[in-house]
This record gives sequence, structure tokens and C-alpha cells, in this order.
Amino acid sequence: MTEHLPVLQVILPLLSAPLCVVIRHRGAIRLLTLAVSWVSLAISGTLLAHVHQHGPISYELGGWAPPWGIEYRVDALNAYILLIVNMIAAIVLPYAPKSLAREVPRHKQHLFMATFMLCLSGLLGIAITGDIFNIFVFLEISSLSSYVLISMGQGRRALTAAYQYLIMGTIGGTFFLIGIGLLYMMTGTLNIADMASRIDEVMATRTVMAAFAFLTVGVCIKLALFPLHAWLPNAYTFAPSMITAFLAATATKVSFYLLLRILFTVFGLHYAFSTMHIGRVLLPIALLAIFIASTVAIYQTNVKRLLAYSSLAQVGYMVLGLSLAHVTDGAGLTAAILHLFNHALMKGGLFLALGCVFFSIGSVHLKDMRGIGRTMPWTMAAFVIGGLNLIGVPFTCGFISKWYLLLAALEVDALWLAALILISSLLAAIYIWKVIEVAYFQEPDDPTRREAPLGMLLPVWIMMLASIVFGFYTRLPLGAAQRAAEFLLGGPA
Amino acid sequence: MNPGLYNYWVVVILMMTGFYTLITRGNLIKKLIGLTVFQVSVFMLYITMGKVDGGTAPILTEGVEVYSNPLPHVLILTAIVVGVATLAVGLALVIRIHEAYGTVEDDEIQRLNEDTP
Repeated sequence: MTEHLPVLQVILPLLSAPLCVVIRHRGAIRLLTLAVSWVSLAISGTLLAHVHQHGPISYELGGWAPPWGIEYRVDALNAYILLIVNMIAAIVLPYAPKSLAREVPRHKQHLFMATFMLCLSGLLGIAITGDIFNIFVFLEISSLSSYVLISMGQGRRALTAAYQYLIMGTIGGTFFLIGIGLLYMMTGTLNIADMASRIDEVMATRTVMAAFAFLTVGVCIKLALFPLHAWLPNAYTFAPSMITAFLAATATKVSFYLLLRILFTVFGLHYAFSTMHIGRVLLPIALLAIFIASTVAIYQTNVKRLLAYSSLAQVGYMVLGLSLAHVTDGAGLTAAILHLFNHALMKGGLFLALGCVFFSIGSVHLKDMRGIGRTMPWTMAAFVIGGLNLIGVPFTCGFISKWYLLLAALEVDALWLAALILISSLLAAIYIWKVIEVAYFQEPDDPTRREAPLGMLLPVWIMMLASIVFGFYTRLPLGAAQRAAEFLLGGPA
Repeated sequence: MNPGLYNYWVVVILMMTGFYTLITRGNLIKKLIGLTVFQVSVFMLYITMGKVDGGTAPILTEGVEVYSNPLPHVLILTAIVVGVATLAVGLALVIRIHEAYGTVEDDEIQRLNEDTP
């Protein structure tokens, strides 16, 4: 039984999607999706423990040996990504019923949940598969379902946001497909491990260079790296609350994983950083992303859009860590991978908290949020904790990843970079303060407003408490991130 | 006859035609048409790379030594399905947008969005 765990990661959510459509009964769907996501979470926990003890797992789909058959390969990096995606899904799903009742018409909810499960299985599939064409297929499964999920948001602007994302996402996906085609031309294989072993011979050709460019740009569109981010603010602003929380915490993280996989496993550190100088390209882009997105976030009046811009800045931090990978001995990469986990926690929690605000007052505009610190104390307390995480205040997990990023910058003697990282944290402090000021220091419009229901508050607080716990007890996420970074840089899994 | 790089030139021309349409047109349907042309060019790229000079379909027959590579052709079947699904979702969104805004022109939609924040 245990040897089939890797494939169950994808199969369980994939099968539950059509079941949701057939069952239609909302209570039964709720139970089914909860059970699936929690079993999935347990499986990914088992996989991570197994990988840390015994090394990578290779699963041959249908018994066909790689490189002919499709291989699912679980190593220190993607076991960690699987755990993050599953964890977020398992926390967001209990939140779903109440939030959906407010935001999605009743007769569409079973279809909504089916699409959600498809999106989940797509994201898990990208992470687990060891076949590059399979990645493309899962990428499109998750993208197509997220277009649909975003379009289910309230108001007509959700539709245009989904359309914009569809256009950008498809360009990204097609670039990725072109890159795969060019690589297949040169190596004659689709299995990532096999490809990595054959690519050395053809490394100097222009075709491989073109493939490198297409794959990197394609993934960066999905990652919403500045200046390819145009789709993200609208998509996050107008999607239903739980979808914004889920996508913000998982979709960009999985794209970042994909970028790591392509740069390090397929092309290798030496080619990506010494021949193609990707580090020198990504470093200024990451800094621009951090500063421009944080500054734009300060001027937003819709808090959901404010957090969306803040997400763009956080993607910048992850890419910044990545761009230092070749000069630091694992510190930059560790910071990036650690921030991936921490940002999933804090941003997922923040968007869930905003979902609670929307549930109670029907808006997430600053002007409607006056004084809700008093009427909704629990929600806004969670929001404050999330905000402290974003700024990187000590004793939160956001501090730990910023700290490692600073260490990486100091390791290469880039004092200016360390200074810039600290200054950018101040920008985060400004936009978080804007919300806190309105919520706590202004008189409430309507003092009779009530707190969000417990079923919604509990997931928010689980995320926020976890973000504090991992600020003190850093061994678990940090250890996993270090293992993943060592693995990428060529160490043992 | 050796076609040389003829097919690849067609791929590049189609790709850029699609991409140009996608970027410059303001009509949402025309954008989708551009997107589809863009995707179709990639299908052709894959089909071309699988072709082996003088090769036939990969079916075991006596007297035939050279076969074309069937794998890219199979891969592109999957990508065609993805392309069709994307187009379907895109068109469905355009229908909903038309119902909500009464237009499928990008600039008019932008103006309507600015009027009602």
C-alpha cells in the first residue's frame, strides 16, 4: 500500500472532482472534500518523513519504467511543496462552506467545489511528477480551473479579471510548451532526470539557450514576477475570498518550485548561473518587484488589492533569494525556500481574515472598514499578526525568512542589498499600518456589526498561530528548507 | 525533396501573427483568435520535429526501415485538447462578459469599469 502513496496524491483529489458533480448534496460534498484533503495531507507528511529518512522515492506510473513511462519522483524539495499545498487546502476547506454561502450562488456550489478539487490535483501534480510534459498538462489543469474559480467572484469585474488571467496564463503555458519541445528536440527525452543527464552534450547549442529562455519566461508569467505580473492584482482582488487565499498561498509557490526545478534540476546551477547569468538578470528584477509593488500597495484603498500587491513584493523576496544561489553557499536558496513556506502561511491567513471581514460587512474597502477592530476583534487581531509577519517583526516566521535573506546578502558582502531589504520592510510597515489605523483608531460606522462565525475564525487563527509557532520553533520548516536547498545544489536528498 | 527549414519558418510566422493579433486587438474574440493561432503554431513545431526524412507511420511492416517519431505527435494531441479547452473557457467568459457589460471591446469595458469602481 505505502508504495502507491505518490500516485494517490494526485488521484484522490482528481477523483473527488467528478464525485462532487455527481453527489450535488452540499453536506456530503463538504465531508468528502474535507476527508480527501486531510488524507492527502497525511500522505504528504508521510512522504516527507520517508524522503528525509530514506532518500528520493521513484514511482513508475502503470509499471512502465522511466524514461519511457511517466515517473513520479518525490525528493526533499517537492515533498516539502506537496506538504505546503496540502496543508493550505486542508485549512481552507473547513472555511469554505460559510464563505461560499455568502459569495457563490447555492446552485453552483457543487460545481465550484469540483473545480477547486481539480485545481488542487493540478497543483499537486505539477509538484510530484518527474516528467516535464506531464508538468505542462498539470499546469494547464490547475490554470484552467483557476480561471473558472476566479470568474465565480462577485461582480462583473471578476469576469474580466479571469479573462485577463486566461490570456496571460495561456501565453505562459504555451511558452513552457515551446521550451519543452525544443528540449525534447535536443535530448530526445521527457523525463527530467534523464534529460538532466543528457543535456550536457548539447548545452552549447542555441536551441537549448532558446529553450532556457522560453521555459524561464513562461514560468515567470505564472509566478507573476514583475514585469509579467499584470494579471495578478485583478485576479486576486475579484476572486471569491477562499480562492484568493488558496491561490495566493499555493499557486505562486508551485510556480516558484517549477522555476527552481527548471533552473537547478534540468539545466543545472552552472549553466543557469555561470553561462546564462540568470542571477544577474533576476536580482534587479526582484528588487524592482519588491520596491514598486510595495509602493503601489501603499496607495491602494481596496485591502484585497493592497495584499495582492504585497504578494508581488513577496514573490520578489523569493526570487531575490534565488538570484543569490550561486554566490552564497545555500543561504540564499534556503531563504527563498523558507520564505515560500512562511509566505504561504501569512498571506493565506491574511486573505482568510479579509474573507471574514467581507462576510460581516460585505466590503473590503478601507472606507468601509472604519473601526472594525472593535466590532470584529478576533478577525482584526489575526490581521495584525499577519501584518507583523509581512513586515518581518521578530518572533514571527516572517522574521526568520527575512533574517536568512539578510544573512545571504551579508555573505556576499552586499551591504547595500541588506540595507535595501530593511528599507523595503518599512514600506510593508506603512501599508499594514494604513489598515490598522483605519480599523483601530477610527470610530465604527455601525457598532452592532458582529464577529465572523467560529468556523471561519478557526482556520484564520490556525494559520496565524502556526506563523508565530514557526517564528519560535524554527527547526521544522528551516530543516526541511535546508535539506531542499542542499538537494538542489547537488547534495544528498 | 528536402524541405529544409521551411516548416520552421511557417511556425515562426504563424506564432508571431498570433502573438501580434493577441497584443494589438481590443476585441476580446479577436484576442482569442490570436491566442489560438499562437497555440496552433506550436502544434506544428511539434509535428515537424517528429518527422524523419523518408520515414513512414510507425507501424511494423515488411520492407520498411525508417519510421517517423510518433511521440511528439501523441504529445501534441494532448496539447490540442488543452488548446480546445482553453478556447472553450475563454469563449464562455466572453459570453458572460457580454451579458454583464453589453460589449466585447476592451476599451469600452475599461471605461465601464472606471465608472463603477
